[in-house]
Amino acid sequence: MDEMLYKEIVSKENLVYEKTSLMTEKVLSYCPGCGHGTAHRIIMEVLDEMDLQEATIGIAPVGCSVLAYEFLNIDMQQAAHGRAPALATGIKRTWPDKIVFTYQGDGDLAAIGTAETIHACNRGENIAIFFINNGIYGMTGGQMAPTTLPGMKSSTSPYGRDIKMMGHPLKITELVAQLPGTHFVTRQAVHTPANVRKTKKAVKMAIENQLNKKPGLSFVEIVSNCNSGWKMTPIQSNQWMVENMFPYYPLGDIKVNGDFVNQ
Amino acid sequence: MGELKLLKGNEAFAEAAIRAGVDAYFGYPITPQSEVLEYFMAEKPHERSGMVVLQAESEVAAINMVYGAASTGKRAMTSSSSPGISLKMEGVSYMAGAELPGVILNVVRGGPGLGTIQPSQADYFQATKGGGHGDYRLIVLAPSSVQEMYDFVKIAFELTFKYRNPVMMLSDGVIGQMMEKVQLSDPIPRRTDAEVIKECPWATTGKPKTRERNIITSLYLQALKQEKHNIHLQEKYRMIEESEVRFEKFQCEDAEYLYVAYGSSARIAQNAVQKARAKGIKAGLLRLITLFPFPKKEIASLANNVKGMIAVEMSAGQLVEDVRLAVNGKVPVEHFGRMGGVIHSPEEVLNALEKRFIGG
Repeated sequence: MDEMLYKEIVSKENLVYEKTSLMTEKVLSYCPGCGHGTAHRIIMEVLDEMDLQEATIGIAPVGCSVLAYEFLNIDMQQAAHGRAPALATGIKRTWPDKIVFTYQGDGDLAAIGTAETIHACNRGENIAIFFINNGIYGMTGGQMAPTTLPGMKSSTSPYGRDIKMMGHPLKITELVAQLPGTHFVTRQAVHTPANVRKTKKAVKMAIENQLNKKPGLSFVEIVSNCNSGWKMTPIQSNQWMVENMFPYYPLGDIKVNGDFVNQ
Repeated sequence: MGELKLLKGNEAFAEAAIRAGVDAYFGYPITPQSEVLEYFMAEKPHERSGMVVLQAESEVAAINMVYGAASTGKRAMTSSSSPGISLKMEGVSYMAGAELPGVILNVVRGGPGLGTIQPSQADYFQATKGGGHGDYRLIVLAPSSVQEMYDFVKIAFELTFKYRNPVMMLSDGVIGQMMEKVQLSDPIPRRTDAEVIKECPWATTGKPKTRERNIITSLYLQALKQEKHNIHLQEKYRMIEESEVRFEKFQCEDAEYLYVAYGSSARIAQNAVQKARAKGIKAGLLRLITLFPFPKKEIASLANNVKGMIAVEMSAGQLVEDVRLAVNGKVPVEHFGRMGGVIHSPEEVLNALEKRFIGG
């Protein structure tokens, strides 16, 4: 392309989208098609728009997002598997004016870290938990997760999850909504622009709840795909998610401002 | 100076934390150390110094709360007893790997397993050889009185921040539960947030525009980077071994036989020394204050002057291995100790010396 023409087209006033400076220049390590990158960007955009870089401390889990701190341009701590809500408690209790969030997958949050999750929620820690649920252990090679659907194949349920033998998928978001310590509980997705907008609104509310010192914890589940772990193309995995994950994990607000939303 | 007060060892530890300007304590009840959390809650440290005290849902959560607070430069601590310390070891290994300051008190009870609630010193290996996974060391302080349960809190925080390495206070059920007079110190105010940020430029206190983001992690996926990190840690441990060895000698000048002991066993051994001297036996005591760093040089040097040593410890023989390594075959090194929560008497300790070295 003619350089003059390029400069004319790629000008400030023509820009409709710009990467937030709260995402680093590091290339994402996630598989192409994965929802993690979008979820990262949404959270960082909200913090950027609210000018909260200096006020925020984030916590990365063990799992695919173990290296989240490489991509998020804020101060971050890396937690042991499942312990992120305990770290967040330690931070928030000693720095009550900081914005503190954890970013956790389903294995981290709903299996090994169940106790830390439930008790942070139950104490009403004034933090945000961003919970990426893709129904599988992605990082370790696609093993069965607490949220793996009945009949769903994984490397440790190669003939499909047999609920008689392996138990039921855990709806931990509905579970924590029952606790008086949660102030805002919602389930969203990031596979379409409309869903991205709704998720961004939910993330913003979770952060505002901390800024405004609302009593309790904000819990945002993002149902996401894992095309590699599910052995599908990105498009197939999103379709499969809509057809199979959403009926079991329905999207929408469960609790807002401490009150249950009628669904 | 502050006042003189009659306190349990566990209570002295808690009182010291409030007066030393500690920012946070996270704990979980377990015998014989539950008085730590109980004393804190009764004292309302939030009103006295602004210190945070929280009863966690488990020992695992408590140590990870310490990790979170420590990562922001705050002075954070926890305490437990043996089975609970085993649970904490995951978090302790992460703290050592991420080079975080923090103080952990173990009021040791008999094991293995659920064991007993009676006093023991059988967690020596766990404390001094790392305890969790990976190549790491804790700085280990061994109080032998209620006063030291108080005094060592301040020392522990100085050391833990100086080296950015977790410090363990290895106590036991005797020291934790018994009451003694304690000379209290005047309270030191907690640091302001601005002071914390200035003192700990490495901490995750929120990224201003003026610096790069701070990251607290123990993860280095590339083997060469992880090895480099390990070499750095080992260099730090060597520095600690050079500079921080602490011990106390009792009647060692002319001693022919030497007891080596720490904590409550050192008190019992001191009594045995007096009994031995009354019978004309030239006994002495080397009381270890730091278990890591271990006083290798001092023990090697004492081995030139004595006929034999006995490690006295309430265990099947753990400390004795380190004494033997330091003595390196120069003189015989024996072990004496009761197990499973039984506390040895001074007479038993004296008998052990007479039987093994003097005959009869």
